[in-house]
Formats: sequence, structure tokens, C-alpha cells
Amino acid sequence: MENQNLPKLSVSSSPHAHCGESTAIIMQDVLIALVPAALMAAVYFGWRAVLLMLLCIGSCVLTEYVCRRVMKRPQTVGDFSAAVTGVLLAFNLPPTLNPIYAVLGSVFAIAVVKQMFGGIGMNFVNPALAARIFLLISFPSHMSRWSIPFFYLSANADTDIVSTATPLAQAAAGSGRPSYTDLFIGLHGGCLGETCTLALLIGGMYLLLRRIITPEVPLCFLGTVALTALAAGQNPLVHLLSGGVMLGAIFMATDYTTCPVNRAGKIFYGVGCGLITMTIRLFGSLPEGVSYAIVLMNILTPHIETLTQSSPFGSEVRNSGK
Amino acid sequence: MDKMDMIDAADTPETAEPQEHRDKEGRGSKEKTQTKDKKDKKDKKERKSKKAADPDAPFLPKKPFKTHGGVHVNHMKNTAETPSEILPAPKRVVISMQQHIGTACEPIVKKGDIVTVGQKIGDSDSPLCAPIHASVSGQVTAIGTMLMPNGTEVKTVEIASDGLQTLCHDIQPPVVTNADELYAAVRESGLVGLGGAGFPVSVKINYSPDKSVDTLVVNGAECEPYLTADYREMIESPEDIIEGTRLLTEMLGLRRAIIGIEGNKPAAIRYLASLIRERSLDDKMCVLKLKNAYPQGAEKVLIKACTDRAVPVGKIPADAGCIVLNITSVGFIARYLKTGIPLVTKRITVDGSAIAEAKNVVAPIGTLVSDIAEFCGGFDKPPQKVLMGGPMMGTALYSLDYPIIKQNNGLIFMGEAETDALRPTDCIRCGRCVSACPMLLTPVNIQHLVQKRDIDGLNDLCVTSCMECGCCAYSCPAHRPLVQFLRMAKNLVKS
Repeated sequence: MENQNLPKLSVSSSPHAHCGESTAIIMQDVLIALVPAALMAAVYFGWRAVLLMLLCIGSCVLTEYVCRRVMKRPQTVGDFSAAVTGVLLAFNLPPTLNPIYAVLGSVFAIAVVKQMFGGIGMNFVNPALAARIFLLISFPSHMSRWSIPFFYLSANADTDIVSTATPLAQAAAGSGRPSYTDLFIGLHGGCLGETCTLALLIGGMYLLLRRIITPEVPLCFLGTVALTALAAGQNPLVHLLSGGVMLGAIFMATDYTTCPVNRAGKIFYGVGCGLITMTIRLFGSLPEGVSYAIVLMNILTPHIETLTQSSPFGSEVRNSGK
Repeated sequence: MDKMDMIDAADTPETAEPQEHRDKEGRGSKEKTQTKDKKDKKDKKERKSKKAADPDAPFLPKKPFKTHGGVHVNHMKNTAETPSEILPAPKRVVISMQQHIGTACEPIVKKGDIVTVGQKIGDSDSPLCAPIHASVSGQVTAIGTMLMPNGTEVKTVEIASDGLQTLCHDIQPPVVTNADELYAAVRESGLVGLGGAGFPVSVKINYSPDKSVDTLVVNGAECEPYLTADYREMIESPEDIIEGTRLLTEMLGLRRAIIGIEGNKPAAIRYLASLIRERSLDDKMCVLKLKNAYPQGAEKVLIKACTDRAVPVGKIPADAGCIVLNITSVGFIARYLKTGIPLVTKRITVDGSAIAEAKNVVAPIGTLVSDIAEFCGGFDKPPQKVLMGGPMMGTALYSLDYPIIKQNNGLIFMGEAETDALRPTDCIRCGRCVSACPMLLTPVNIQHLVQKRDIDGLNDLCVTSCMECGCCAYSCPAHRPLVQFLRMAKNLVKS
């Protein structure tokens, strides 16, 4: 059937159509969703916040590039996942942190947690959270020095950073807490990106509308936190609006690689995150437990997936018929 | 009490009308509307009692049942409103001896024989087989072989057409009075499932009597992008479809027939539904508007949408009490019983950016793809990929010098721009393949098990129930070749 006049054709396996999405597009969407919170961080905490975010992004991307080069693997800098890790890590740092620690955390997140396990899709815990915990354990005093919003406007801001406590620390110490409005718009001490609930919610809505994330994990996480707080006789609204719960539930726990892929698994995982968070908050010696909760549930993810595996369509019928 | 009535009334779609009236009349005439409500309720009760009086009346669904997974694809039904054109007999046809699932036919003509349209040229003794007929009149020039896209070789009969299209002299309408005669007639017609799979229809309808089959599901979903061949059948010969459905339901002793049509074909739904009413067949036959999602036309998905039944893993539709036939197959059966002309032509949607005129073509079986392209005005730009079937499940052809077979329903000529090979990147475990899978499989895990050759693990994940609809690979942002992985998984499990 040789015929010189006929054109050469490509052959490939079906399907011959694609939805047009790519990993890079998804990661860009996550970056867009992070913009409102990043802007609020810049407004509240000034140039130090901007510096930390840029440093984290830069060092994460550079580490990713170097790792892939050294390992002689296909370059993955272009998928923007390292940039997302950079922003998320910066969001989890106190605004006045020495930039060197931020760079150290970024290198740890990408080189140790992500690339040593095989790169994107292979890490067993969230790189940004693992780096935060690494910094928290290594440099506890630096990692828990909080400053009030707009501290950079005061006359001698550089030499005399005004220290404050996070609402949760205040609550743990028994002192008063900021008003609900202040909590909602982020006018209180805390990590760079976790204070402004409003901005995080806007980003979350964007991710939901673009179908980047599904509502199961955030809803179950936040719902469990609220219910547990209620059951323990505490104010659920304060627990939802303060600390890293919003940031964790919307951006960290929903990380594709480290959360279950099936719906039942996601629900189980979300509830687990909420329970561990509240256990640490209520009974632990630490004021905050979101990062530990998510990392612990990350580790359980493969087991959750196995336990909640849905049976294929039609298999129940076969079992009951026998 | 009145409030209760209103709530009751709002529950049923039948009473949507009085509510509308109520809105028009305003709140001033409350009394009037109340009487109307009561009257309506009475009507409803009567209807209900009527139903109760006839417990044997089969259940006909008004809305499709929930199905799993699926993806939204661009419909691209560009050829929906162009009437089919008949392709005149080409100079040469190459008729494949394997146009169905099952045993290949053996040629029963030899080189030099003179054949006529509808004359049987290939058959086999095997029970799983559909005979093959000459689609043009003329002389057999060669008994050759041909390489199929799946890599196997198959015998072919090449016929040089005399252009006269003389009909075979012993063609006459078959006499069918019972199911056995129907099986025999359908076998002689050479009919295979025209939706794409090509399963011999005579075998499909001759299910073993211990299976309690009660429902005929007619597949008019045509959920593949581009394809409109079934839609044109619904618009151009709806009477045949209704007649075929009635005949099959009657002969096979089924209780009901459900014609499932995707919601993007409102004209076809209206048309067929009004025909059913006209012939007062609406007590056991209905048209069901399916949701616009791919793959609504996949056999097991369609059964779920129409009857809420699940076909057990590894079993056939008859195990769920259903027979599924493509809508064009049903129309063909009615025509065959009228005329006795076997399956020698096929309506094919020709589309894609490379072809000059996109249209539906009725072509003799065995016409070469290059002849069909020429009939459609040739190419606007060089075709880069030619698909037999739709873009989701179609096969890419290696040559334009390839004949069409019975179950083809589309030829898509894609230009270079649409053929961009997507480079797979690492899986990010986003889970989109899991939520897209209509069979509730987990392609994300299956791909890893294939790479590890873990056959037990693959068996646990029921990979054999994959139908290769392509939803997983379509929705994968990392462009993973998931359908290939699943094919490999199925082969690993089988071996």
C-alpha cells in the first residue's frame, strides 16, 4: 500500500483531544489566588514582607533549577511549582525573620523535601510546611517573634521592632484578643500571609471557581475546627479566624501531591487535619498546630487512600450476586 | 390545608401549569386559584389511580439517572445541519473480512468473479460473526491482505466497480414472525453494532434465556465530538428508528424501550418523542434526554443513565436486564426488514480542519479514505492525523489508502495545529483522572502499578472494566498517556 502521493500521517493512541490544562497553568492559578494575601502582607508588614517573599521565591526556583541540573533530570522550573512553594513558605514566616533563615528554609523545602524524593508529585509532605517546621524547631526564638501590623511606619522601626503576640498566644496566655473585624481583615500579629482571612478567602474562592481545588478538604478542615472548638466550650469564630487555619485549609492542606485523590479520602483527611489542629491547640504546649496537623495527615495520606478506595462501578453488584 | 395542597402540587411536574396561572392571576383571585388547585389535584388523583390500575405498565424514566465521572468536551457538531450526501460508487473498493468483534470471515468469492450489490462475499461458521456483502457491482480483482491499525493482518476482497450498482437478484425482504426468524434475518443482514465497537447484533439480541432482559436501550447519545452521523439518522429517518424499536421490543418480548439522546440534539428529541406519541407507543417507549457529558453513549454509562442499573464487572448488559443498540443499527433493522438490502453502505461524518467541505457522506463499505476526501473537496491544508471515529476513542490511520468498514461513523482530518504531541510531565496527583473516570477507577494509581508490573494490584483495581473512553487522559494536566497505561494494564492482567 505504498503510495508516494499520499501525505505522511501521525499515529498515536486515543484520545486525540485534550482539555488544554497543564501543570504550569494550574500553578499559575494558585499564584494568582495567592496575590490578595501577598498584597495584604506587603501592606501590613511593609518592605520586610516583600523582601521575604521575593527571597523565598527566588531561592526556591534557583534550588529547583540547580537540583534538576545536578540530577540530570528534565528541567521543571517552568511548571511554577517551586514559585508556589516559595510564596507559601514566605507566608508561614514571621515578618521580621532574618532573610538568611528564609533562604535556608527554601533550600530545605526544595532540595530535601521535594527533589530528594523525586521532584513534583513525589514528595510525601508539603515542602513549605516541612520547611516551616524545620525552621521552627531549629530557630524557635526567631520563628516566634511577632510584630504588629504597620510596625514599619513607626519612626525607629528598624532598630526597635514592636513585638506582639498572636491572637492564639494571647488566648493561651489568658489576655484579651483583637475584635472580630481586626481578626477578619488581619490587623493582628502573625505570620506574613496568615493574618488576613478576607484575602485568603478571596483566593480560595478563585481556586474553587477555577476548579483547581474541590471544597471537600477546606470545608471538612474548617468545619471540624469549628465544631471541636464549640464542643470544647471555646469560641469557634476565634479559632477559625486566627492562626494558620485559613491559610492551611485553603492553600496547604489542598496540595495535590500530599492529599488523597478520592473524595472519601479528602473528607477523611480534612476532618483529620481539623482534629489534630484542635488537639494541639487545646491540649498541646504549643499555641498553634496547623502545620503539624497537615504534615501528620500528609504522612497518613497513602493509608487513607487505601482505606477509602472506592469500588469500581458494577463491582458491588458482582459481590452481592455471588 | 391549602398550603399543604400547594406543596403537594409543586412536587410534581404535571402541576407546574396551575402555578403559572396563579402567578398571572395575581393574589387577588385567591379563591379562584384554590378551586383550580383542587380540580388539578383531582386530575392527578385520577391519573394516579389509572396507573395503579395497571401495575404491569413499565416504568419509563422522565429524567436520566445519575452517572459517574465524565468530562465536558467541545461538541464541534459542525455537520449537524448538513443533509447526508450519497457518494457514487468508487472505481475500486477494498472490503475487509474483519468488520466485527469475533472470528474473521473467509472470502467466498475468488478473483475474476462477477459480484452484485448485496451479494455475500465473506462468511464464517463461527457463531460470533457477521457475514460481509459486496457494496458495489463489478469484478473481484484480488483477494489480498491489509494491515489493520492494531497491527494485525486481515484478508480483503478488492472489487473493481462497473458503476452500475446492479442489485443482487435474490434480495428480498425477509419474513420475520418470531424471535428466531429475527436472529437469522439480522445475521444475514451483516449488521454489527454501528456505534463503533462492531459487535454482531444477531449475537447481541440472541441472549441466553436465563437472563431476564426487559429493556431495550437505544443509544442515540453520540457523545463524541464532531460526529453527527447518528443525528442525521434521527433527523432523516426517524420513522425507521421508531419502527425498528417497536419491532425489536415486540419480537424479543421486552417490556419497554428507552431511546437515550444527549441534550445537545433537541430537534431529534422532539421529533422522535412526537412520533412515539403519534403512534401511541408511549406506554412502553420513551425518549430520554441525557445530560451533555462525555461519555453518555458508553454502554454501561447509558444503562445507568436510562435504568439506574449497574452492569456487573466483567459481565454484559443482558446481565443488567438490558440490550443496548445503536440508534442507526435500530433504524437499519427496520429498513432491512422492508427491503432486504444488507449492510453495504454507511453514513460517515467527514470533518476536521484539514478537509475542504465537512459533511455527512453515505459511502459504500470498502470505499477508500482518499476517495471520500476527494468527494469532500480534497484538503485545505495537508492532513497531519486522520481519525477513524471521533477524537476521544477514534483510531489514527497510518494511510489514506485505507477502506472504511461497517462500524465507522466518522473520519476526522486533523491539521498540523491540532496534532501537537503533548509531552508528558510528572504526575502531580491532582486526582482529575479519578473524578473523570465513569467506571470509578483510579488511573493515577494504575499507572504506577503498570510500571511496577504488579498484576495482583491491577486485578484489585478492576482494570478490566476500563473501556478506554479517554476521560482520564483528556483531563490530565500532566498529559500522562493514561489510556496507554490502562491498555497495558489490561494486557498484563489478561496474560
